[in-house]
Amino acid sequence: MKSMTVKKALGLLRKHDISPIELVDMCHRRLKETTNLNYMVHNIPSQLLHKHARIAEQSYVKGSSKALDGIPVAFKDNFCMRNIPTTCASRMLLNYKPPYTATMVEKVAQAGGIIVGKTNMDEFAMGSGSVDSCYGPVVNPWNFALNLQGQESILDEESSLSDWFISGGSSGGSAAAVAAGACLAAFGSDTGGSTRNPASYCGLVGLKATYGLLSRHGMIPLVNSMDVPGIVTKTVEDSAILLNAVAGHDVRDSTTVQEKYAPFEIDDTFDVSKVYVGIPREFHTPGLSPEVLKLWKATADALEQAGAKVAEVSMPHAKHCLNCYHVLCCCEVASNFSRYTGIEFGLRCGSEESTEDLYAESRHHGFNDVVRGRILAGNFFLLRRNFDRFFLKAQRIRRLISNDFKAVFSSGIHFLLTPTTLTDAPSFSWFSQKDNRTRSAEQDIFTTAANMAGTPAVSLPLSNSQRGLPLSLQLMGPHFSESRLLSLAYWLEQQAHFQHLDLDFLDRK
Amino acid sequence: MAASTIKNAELFLNLASPLRLKHIRSSLSNSKYISVCSVCGSIHQRNFSKYSSAKLNQRVNIDKGGKPSHKGWHSIIGLEIHAQIKSASKLFSGAGTQFGMSPNTQVSLFDAAFPGTLPVLNQKCVQAAVRTAQALGCHINQVSKFDRKHYFYADMPAGYQITQQRHPLAVGGSLTYVFQCSTTSRVERRSARLLQIQLEQDSGKSLHDLENGISLIDLNRAGVGLMEIVTAPDFTSGDDAASFVKDLRDILVTLGTCDGRMAEGSMRVDANVSVHRPGDPLGTRTEVKNLNSTKNIRLAIDNEIERQIEVLENGGIIENETRSFDAEDGQTIAMRDKEKLLDYRFLPEPNLPPLVIHLDDSTVPSESSSLFVTLRRNGSGYDNFCLPEQQRLMLETKYGVPLIHSVVLVRHGLFDLYEKLVSNHNCDTRATTAILKTSYISFLDDQRVDATESPVTIQQLAQLIHIFQRGEISSSSLSIVLNELSVSSQLSCQTIIEEKGLWMVSSNEVILAAIDEVLTKNPQNVKSYKKGKVNQLKVFTTKVMKILEGKASASHIQSLIKDKLDKY
Repeated sequence: MKSMTVKKALGLLRKHDISPIELVDMCHRRLKETTNLNYMVHNIPSQLLHKHARIAEQSYVKGSSKALDGIPVAFKDNFCMRNIPTTCASRMLLNYKPPYTATMVEKVAQAGGIIVGKTNMDEFAMGSGSVDSCYGPVVNPWNFALNLQGQESILDEESSLSDWFISGGSSGGSAAAVAAGACLAAFGSDTGGSTRNPASYCGLVGLKATYGLLSRHGMIPLVNSMDVPGIVTKTVEDSAILLNAVAGHDVRDSTTVQEKYAPFEIDDTFDVSKVYVGIPREFHTPGLSPEVLKLWKATADALEQAGAKVAEVSMPHAKHCLNCYHVLCCCEVASNFSRYTGIEFGLRCGSEESTEDLYAESRHHGFNDVVRGRILAGNFFLLRRNFDRFFLKAQRIRRLISNDFKAVFSSGIHFLLTPTTLTDAPSFSWFSQKDNRTRSAEQDIFTTAANMAGTPAVSLPLSNSQRGLPLSLQLMGPHFSESRLLSLAYWLEQQAHFQHLDLDFLDRK
Repeated sequence: MAASTIKNAELFLNLASPLRLKHIRSSLSNSKYISVCSVCGSIHQRNFSKYSSAKLNQRVNIDKGGKPSHKGWHSIIGLEIHAQIKSASKLFSGAGTQFGMSPNTQVSLFDAAFPGTLPVLNQKCVQAAVRTAQALGCHINQVSKFDRKHYFYADMPAGYQITQQRHPLAVGGSLTYVFQCSTTSRVERRSARLLQIQLEQDSGKSLHDLENGISLIDLNRAGVGLMEIVTAPDFTSGDDAASFVKDLRDILVTLGTCDGRMAEGSMRVDANVSVHRPGDPLGTRTEVKNLNSTKNIRLAIDNEIERQIEVLENGGIIENETRSFDAEDGQTIAMRDKEKLLDYRFLPEPNLPPLVIHLDDSTVPSESSSLFVTLRRNGSGYDNFCLPEQQRLMLETKYGVPLIHSVVLVRHGLFDLYEKLVSNHNCDTRATTAILKTSYISFLDDQRVDATESPVTIQQLAQLIHIFQRGEISSSSLSIVLNELSVSSQLSCQTIIEEKGLWMVSSNEVILAAIDEVLTKNPQNVKSYKKGKVNQLKVFTTKVMKILEGKASASHIQSLIKDKLDKY
């Protein structure tokens, strides 16, 4: 499984070297072996997986296979699937089975992908550790690979770990599922870095496409104006394969772009010497670990040596990203979460003597403190007397941040190279010392800017830290530059020879 | 096209029974997590204050003739009219909009606010609103925007309404309407200014079963497109406001943008009412909500004016509050939750780009990422519509129909018929007016049909008018003939009149015989006439008319009687 990628699997399937059922079973077995990592919250029964695998097999027999035929894919638990629990890891939706299917899920299924399950996450995608879930935290599969005190106990259900590394979040379940080998690709959502952050900690490629390229229909929103379905894969090529399968206009999402999407392949002849790469100086912040800084410098040097022009650039408003994000996020959360009242769907509890009591009780029991806190803050920001001071101001700053990107990209810079996170994956004990808000501010520091501006960004693993965990960097480009962005990422990936997590020893047990 | 209408792609909820909630009191209060602000008010409030009292004073008290004096108080009324857009599907979803369907059978997942669903703007609704705005002389904003207006209410599943209150589709404009006094026969033209027209979603319905202590929620109406038409505070009385709404309704129906069925809730009116003494600043306003007939508009406003005056005369103060109208006892009642407690916490709707209106395809940029709607000037044919005011003016100027009658003819949709009768069938204008405004309208009412569905053909009607204008049939016989025509359409008017014996008595001999009879039987009256009591003539005429069963001209009878008596 270690070396199994979407691209490789498709090749083997076409050559009939492996059957879709074998592939699905491999993933399913891995899922069973790693249940203690707690990354999957709903498994599709293997009978159903086999049914889909047989359909895929037919396509290969007939030689009429589709883009993802037989490829096991997981979805974060905020993508709606008809009649399948979709909970957002919240008590509010524990009983909820959506009566419809999200466009992303539909497109993957139409392309022949086999959906293996729904992945764990921070409740309603609010968080960056995948520890604030009603199902409990996600454990980073890289804990297996390290010579840690708890390594054996992960495999032992009886004892609990003293400490372990988190997967990052909020799409930690999706990243862990791919890293562990329970699927070959997974979808997360990315509002302020929620796909890139766990991809970075789990040693995977995390793509946040341009806002408007992927449909949000059926993806339960956090911040509508920033949410983008995220793609987690082992390699850059896989990322492009998945993107090609799902990108494009959706009549059910008015914010998707009209232009017909042109699928692309990674350009392996990409000429790095013609590339201008910007290094935003504001991203050199306190708290950046020496290891990440070293990798950042080394990567810039490698680009320069290959003939690329690398220049320091300034994005003066980047430092306001987090505060601005916080205000806008809370405002949209306050609004989006007004619908969770227990009337039409979801948790309903409390006195039915009055509407207010019913709402209050249902919302009190349904949401965790993080969600309730953001709702409260958002409603405060949106009050008539506060609207201009908070919401409007934040929107103006958002425009300035977006203009920073425009200015940089119109000055001749093609791409920006930054860290994805300050460090490698933090330990659970360290992470839980501070509250969700503090941790989100630290974790999202390099990633929110792209959500503010709607630009595409990809995080890719390039090296390992001293303790053996993945270290990643982020590339950002102008709107709709995915093709070139991923081609550059591919070039870096080829230089780095990053070694993916090898859990194949589990199969030999 | 960004703003394409969803057709079959959408799944629909089809709940067999209404969503049941045990004893849910309807209320506008927020749940305990939502902090509420003490300040509230909509943009309308701000707009209202723009108009100075002095300017308004020019308009006030013009209803003196028709209304009892308000002890020196002036009343000011502004209206918000919610007109449901006539469209097969809802404003942002593909669910149907038909009235009277089983509860919760016309509900898409979006209408029920299922998480992850997104609004898709219905172009038909935009086109209807633009057509309405153009007819009312509004300025169409090329770019308008959608906001979320938040409040918790069981029949509003998302917890917010999508509205254009802050960046409306159209602003300005005015409407010339005919003021009709309900107590006198006074009619006159007036004009009211419009502030804006905005698109917004309708809410669902809560049905409170007090006996069993439960509330039921029907979401069939949730998400139906509304045009909210906001007027300036240009009205002075219930009659005034009701007259305006009647005319507006006629316009919307003519345009085909709203079916105008107030009884079904297709048009609902909120009235902002305040009173003040001339020269003083405007008084505090109250808002009387959800008036669903022109009669209730009149009664509610007049009652609210009276109430405010009484409160103020007794030294009280008027609170800025929302009131409802109880049609049973004719009183406005304060609603439990005061509007001033609500802060709607407006938020730009993030799932809908700004709406851009293009007058034709040529101005649409090729790479537009916004929602846009193009108006096909030709083909939709709305420029060719003749609106009610134009129809009235035509009747008045071309055919000399007085305003008091043209209002009635136009309201009943008889303009086309009138034109054809006069122009193509050589009917006399006065006779045509006389027949259409009374006998023909009550005939249509009895048949429960509107003008376009009349069982009587225009040829038959023209024939009848010709007979009438020659004085060969009396007005009291008209309805008999019309009813007969509707039953046996193959018969001609002549045949019916013949068979029913409705011809006017043209022979003087018959009339004179009747006169002789009357005069002989009433010698006392003849005496008093001779003494100078001229009004006895009318008494005689009535009696003669009775003998002749109304089939003679009253003036002719009268002159014959006079001749006879003078010869006595």
